[in-house]
Parts: sequence; structure tokens; C-alpha cells
Amino acid sequence: MSKKPTTKKEVQTTGHSWDGIEELNTPLPRWWLWTFYACIVWGIAYSIAMPAWPIFASGATPGLLGSSTRANVEKEIERFSAMNKAVEDKLVATELTEIGNDPELVAYTTNAGGAVFRTWCAQCHGSGAGGNKGFPSLIDDDWLFGGTIEQIYLDVQHGIRDPLDPDTNYAAGMPAHLDDGLLESAQIDEVVQYVRQISGQDADAEMAAAGSEIFAEWCVACHGEDAKGMQDLGAPNLTDAIWLYGGDVETLTTTIRHGRAGVMPSWSYGTTEGTSRLSEVQIRAVSAYVHSLGGGE
Amino acid sequence: MSSTEPTDDAPLYEAREPIFPKRISGKFRNLKWILMALMLGIYYITPWIRWDRGPALPDQAVLLDLANRRFFFFGLEIWPHEFYFVAGLLIMAGLGLFLFTSALGRVWCGYACPQTVWTDLFILVERWVEGDRNNRIRLHRQKWNAEKIRKNLTKWTLWLLIGLATGGAWVFYFTDAPTLLGDLFTGDASPIAYTTIAVATATTFAFGGFAREQMCIYACPWPRIQAAMMDEDTITIAYREWRGEPRGKLHKGQVPEGQGDCIDCQACFNVCPMGIDIRNGQQLECITCGLCIDACDEIMDRIGKPRGLVGYMALKDEASERAGNKVVNIWKHVLRPRTLVYFTLWAGFGIALVVALFLRSPLDFNVTPNRDPLYVMQGDGTIRNIYTMRIRNKHGEEVTYRISATTPDGEADPSLTLSLEGQEGDTVTVPADQLYNQRLYLEAAPQSDLATTKRTDIDIWVEQVGGEVPVRDSVGTVFNGKE
Repeated sequence: MSKKPTTKKEVQTTGHSWDGIEELNTPLPRWWLWTFYACIVWGIAYSIAMPAWPIFASGATPGLLGSSTRANVEKEIERFSAMNKAVEDKLVATELTEIGNDPELVAYTTNAGGAVFRTWCAQCHGSGAGGNKGFPSLIDDDWLFGGTIEQIYLDVQHGIRDPLDPDTNYAAGMPAHLDDGLLESAQIDEVVQYVRQISGQDADAEMAAAGSEIFAEWCVACHGEDAKGMQDLGAPNLTDAIWLYGGDVETLTTTIRHGRAGVMPSWSYGTTEGTSRLSEVQIRAVSAYVHSLGGGE
Repeated sequence: MSSTEPTDDAPLYEAREPIFPKRISGKFRNLKWILMALMLGIYYITPWIRWDRGPALPDQAVLLDLANRRFFFFGLEIWPHEFYFVAGLLIMAGLGLFLFTSALGRVWCGYACPQTVWTDLFILVERWVEGDRNNRIRLHRQKWNAEKIRKNLTKWTLWLLIGLATGGAWVFYFTDAPTLLGDLFTGDASPIAYTTIAVATATTFAFGGFAREQMCIYACPWPRIQAAMMDEDTITIAYREWRGEPRGKLHKGQVPEGQGDCIDCQACFNVCPMGIDIRNGQQLECITCGLCIDACDEIMDRIGKPRGLVGYMALKDEASERAGNKVVNIWKHVLRPRTLVYFTLWAGFGIALVVALFLRSPLDFNVTPNRDPLYVMQGDGTIRNIYTMRIRNKHGEEVTYRISATTPDGEADPSLTLSLEGQEGDTVTVPADQLYNQRLYLEAAPQSDLATTKRTDIDIWVEQVGGEVPVRDSVGTVFNGKE
């Protein structure tokens, strides 16, 4: 050591001076420069190893390591499918009525069935399953075809009046009484008043009395003598507070004049031969989910 | 140092100048040893403390269970929805830093920062292996030979072991420590654990062994932020220039006439872990570790001059001390409106957190009314409302809860009936340590006030069935009717 260590760092300037104000030169640390170079090298290596450079109309360079986020997602989905395999097998093997007693299956159907519902069913029945005009609520105690889990399962499986599925529920539906010449317009008005009367709404008593006879002749075959409907035929109860299309005079008149025949797709049949819209697991899961929303019988 | 022509050959980058801090003993050095032992001890021992929480919950006193989203801290268990407690602690940590910085300057940097503590430990190892400052300088300058290779390899091995212990201890905070320790040796631990250990080992090794003060000067934002929180009353380390200058060598063991107390012995510079000379004034490198004070005090004792040529002082006092006035007690600077405001805020948050913690209901649940649809019309005109309840059972065993609904006055409404999806009656049993979603139905009789009013306030009550003390709590929600 020839020279004693300097304790005071020499302050360097760049030599630039403006109005007597000098620009200090405080050099960056050299490792910082190396880090910078290392980042450049890393960047080049990364763009070779990983998908990086866009190629017109055909994605990007695949990279030497063959990494792909799409493949990663597929792998993740596969991994989760494998994790769900056991519970899904159990779901298929379990009696429909027993699903609600198994906490593991309840957890699965609540989540997976809920996902199926929100994807495929919510468009018509609403995200909360509350229904819309013409699309029944699934959370009340009034069911067109029945609210047991077996019936729900059957309806999801084969749909209502789906021409693609030979096993679909071909309930005849409400005839168009005016269009088909079954009833006169005036008779229909009387029946409307009668239906309003038995459902506890304001009605013209005289017209209703006349309507009751027409009802007994034309309507009881499907809606029953007591007008409480028949689930085998999908004929609704006319005495309760729930209306699929509406209980007001105008809507009732339209319904009786022109008829009604709502449809629901068959979920075990696809639009082409041999395919299915939903798997057996999905159909069971969504059936259990719907059954657990409060309306299930 | 000034010229008017630009000098193009000025270096843009410079190599790190190695620093060889000399061993020193003294008040601040002892304080640093104690703090180092304390902090490293806390760091290494904490994951091994056990805390009994019942059979279903982990028995590790401090555990950040990321996989299950649970944070255990002794008797406290925090779930994700209570993360505001952690946010509160972070705010307190921030305010605490403001408080300490405005009062005592960069005391965090000098004594408590992990970078400082581990660097200190690494320098200690370096000194054991290579000797004190002069030996290390000699070793650094000499050509590579067997001795240099041997000493460096020994030093690096020890550093790596410390790094490994550091990284190893870190992962124990996230899983059950004894199980993980076994798994680490048998190779059964998760790849994340090994990666974390590898990264923490590498960074400890590199930052403590080689980067050292470079982290503080170039990488760390705190010094710059802290500089903004300091003022003229802040206690910091300074050289009493008025007393030391003009500096000069001793003559025959005496300070010559007309010369200041500084004998230019370089002791303060030699011990500095940041490699600066405190006599150049305030510098951004200075972490206020106090070692230069120890070094200078020792020299002052030896030449029979009063201590404190380098010492803690507020910059404000410089002029008054220069004029010959007495040194102001540092408490007069520490206790001032600014620090008191910080302290009040800090303590306020602390009290609020503790109060919030004690006011936490032992029953943790909430109720969300279903908004799609707002109500369900049943066939007989009954109006049903659907609610989603989330009940959190934080106990180590399953608990049964009874659920009921009342008016806001706590009165039962006879027109209102309650049922639970998938449950018999009005009770639900929640397994240990689980968040349970329960669908809840309330039905108002046809034409009742509830059924015909658009919106009525109601309360949902949850009562713990069994248990020594009855626990009961309610939340307010609404019932939507058909107007």
C-alpha cells in the first residue's frame, strides 16, 4: 500500500457548466451495466426459447421449449377433470333422490350444476331461476310437469316438444280455440271471466257463470274438473296465483284464442345425430341444482 | 474541480470499491449484537412455537396457510375476509416507520433492516475466516494462491450455509414446520418449497456477501423516502466539525496548539460498513449504524479528549454547539409535535385494531338477500324471499347453529316462516374450520303486511346450540313483498 486510502471521494463533473452550475458526474455501478446486458441476453434467449415473434396470420414462433399457454390451460382442465373424476362417477352411480343426502355430491352439484345452469339455462329461466313470461320459474311450488328430481332430470334430458329427440315430452299443448274454430270469440270472453273468477281475481259473475259451462265442456279434459291442472299433460293449475303467460284478461284471451306450446331443448340430444349437448354428469348435476333451489318436491 | 470544456473521457460506470470494515467494540456495537441475536432468534425460532387450537386446526403458533387461506397468529385466526386486520398492521408498520424516522433518522437502516443484520453477520464470518481489516485488504490484493482459495472457499461455504438456513427458515412460516423439515430431507416437500429455499439462499448469499451496501445505495427506495421524512430536529449521526477542525496528527502524544480534536486517525472511516467518511457531512450512504461513534469515542478516550466528536445530534443544534452552548438532550428533539402526531396516529390505529379484535363477534356470518328474483310468488299467494347465508365456523370442532328471523325490534312475526334448504328444522351444523353456504327461505303469509309491503327491514338471528355460554347475534336485511 503505497498510498493511504482516500476517505474523500473525488467529486467529478462532466465539465458542463451553465451559469456557474456544474453537472456532476456520478457514475452508475458497473454491476448495473452488467445487469442491463444480462437482461438483453435474457430477452434474446427468451424470445428464442418461448413463443415470441408474430407470424402473419399464423400465430407466432413456437419457441424451442414448446411452451403454450393454451396447452397449459388444457392441461389444467385435464388435471381438474381427473380430480373430479371420482365424484362424477359417484354422481352417475347414485340414485337421483339420494344425491341430496351426500354432502360431497351436494357441494359438487351446487357448483358444477350451478355453472351448467348459468351457461345453458339462465337465458330463458333467468340467472336466479325465477323464470320469465313463457318460461317457468323453477323456484316456486308450481310445476307444469312436476318438481321431483326424477321429473326435472327427465325434462332436462329430453326437453319439451324438441323435434330432434324422439323421447321428448310431446304434451299436446294448449289448442288455438279461435284459430281452429273450436270456440267463438264471445265464448272465449266468458271462459276468460270464469278463469279469473276461480283464480280469485275480479270477474264478471254473469259471464263467468256462462263460462263455467264452456269450461266444463272444453277445458276439464286437460285442466281437470277442479281446474287445478294435470302434470302428466303439462296443463297448469288455473286456480293459483302463478301464471306462466299472465292472468290478466288480455293475456288469457290471447292464450285461449291462439293456444300455447312452450318448448325446451333436449339436452341429451345434439343438433346432429349421435351428439349430446350436455353430458350425463352435467344433466344430473344441473337437475340436482335446480331441485335444490327451493321449488324441488 | 471545474472546467468549462466537457470531458468526454469521464467514466460512466465504476466498479464497486470493496469495503473492509474494521472490528470495533463499544456501546453501539454491543447494541447491534444484541439486536442481531434478538432478531435472528425471532426469525429462526418463531415457526417452531406450538399453539394448541384443537384437533382440526394446525398447532403452529405463527402460520401463513396460503393454500387454505388462513392466517394464524397465536390466539388469533384471520380469514381472508378479515384481511383488514393485516392491512391495519401494515398501516401501523408504516406509521411506526414515519415515527422512528422523523425522531431518530435512519435507525431502521442501521439496526433492524434484514440487509444490515445479515450483512453484519456475513462480515463477522468474513472476519473469522480472513482476519481483521488489514489482513483482509492484504488477502484481497494478493495474487490467487492456495491460502486465498482456501480462505475464500471457507468463507463462501459458511455464507452459503447461513443463506440456506435463512431460506430454510422462511418456508417454515407457510406449512407445518416439523412435517416440512422431515419432508425437505426425504424429498417429499413441494417443489415450491425447494424453489423458495433456493431463491432465498441465493439472494441471501449474494446480497449479504457481495452486494452489501450496493443494495442500500442503488436498490433500496427506503433511504430516499426516509430522507424526505427527516428534518433539522431529526437525530442523526454527525461529525462535530467545529470541534474537530482543523484536523491534524498528534505530536508527541498531544494535540498541537491551534488544532482541532480530530487527529485524522481514520478510525471512523475504517469501521464504516458503507465505506464513507462521516466527516464529509450527511451522505446518502450513511445508514446511521453508530459504529463510527464507537470508533471515535475509543480514540478520544485514548488521547484524553471528551467523547462525542462523532455522535448523535440534531442538525439544528450545530450552530448553537459551535457557539459553545451545551449539547441539547436528544429527548428535546425526539418529543416534538411532529413525532407526537405520528405517535398518536400510530397508537390510535393500534387501539382501534385491538378494540376491533375484541368486538369481533364469536359468531361470524352474513346474509345476502337474493335479488334475482326479488321474491317468489307461491301458488297460494305466499311470498317467499331467498337469502344466501355464509356461516364461518372458526372452531376446531363442528358447531350447530339455530337460525331465526324477527322484526328489527327483536319480535317474532307470526306471518313469517323460515326454512333452510336441505336441513330439517331451523338448525344447521357446520363442520370445523369451514365457511358454509346455506340457502335460507322466508315466507310471508298471503296478504300479510310483509307480503304486501315492498320492502320491510328484518333481522336474521344465529344462535350457537350447546356450548357453555349462549352465543347469539343478528344481522339486518330486508324482506321484499309484492306491492
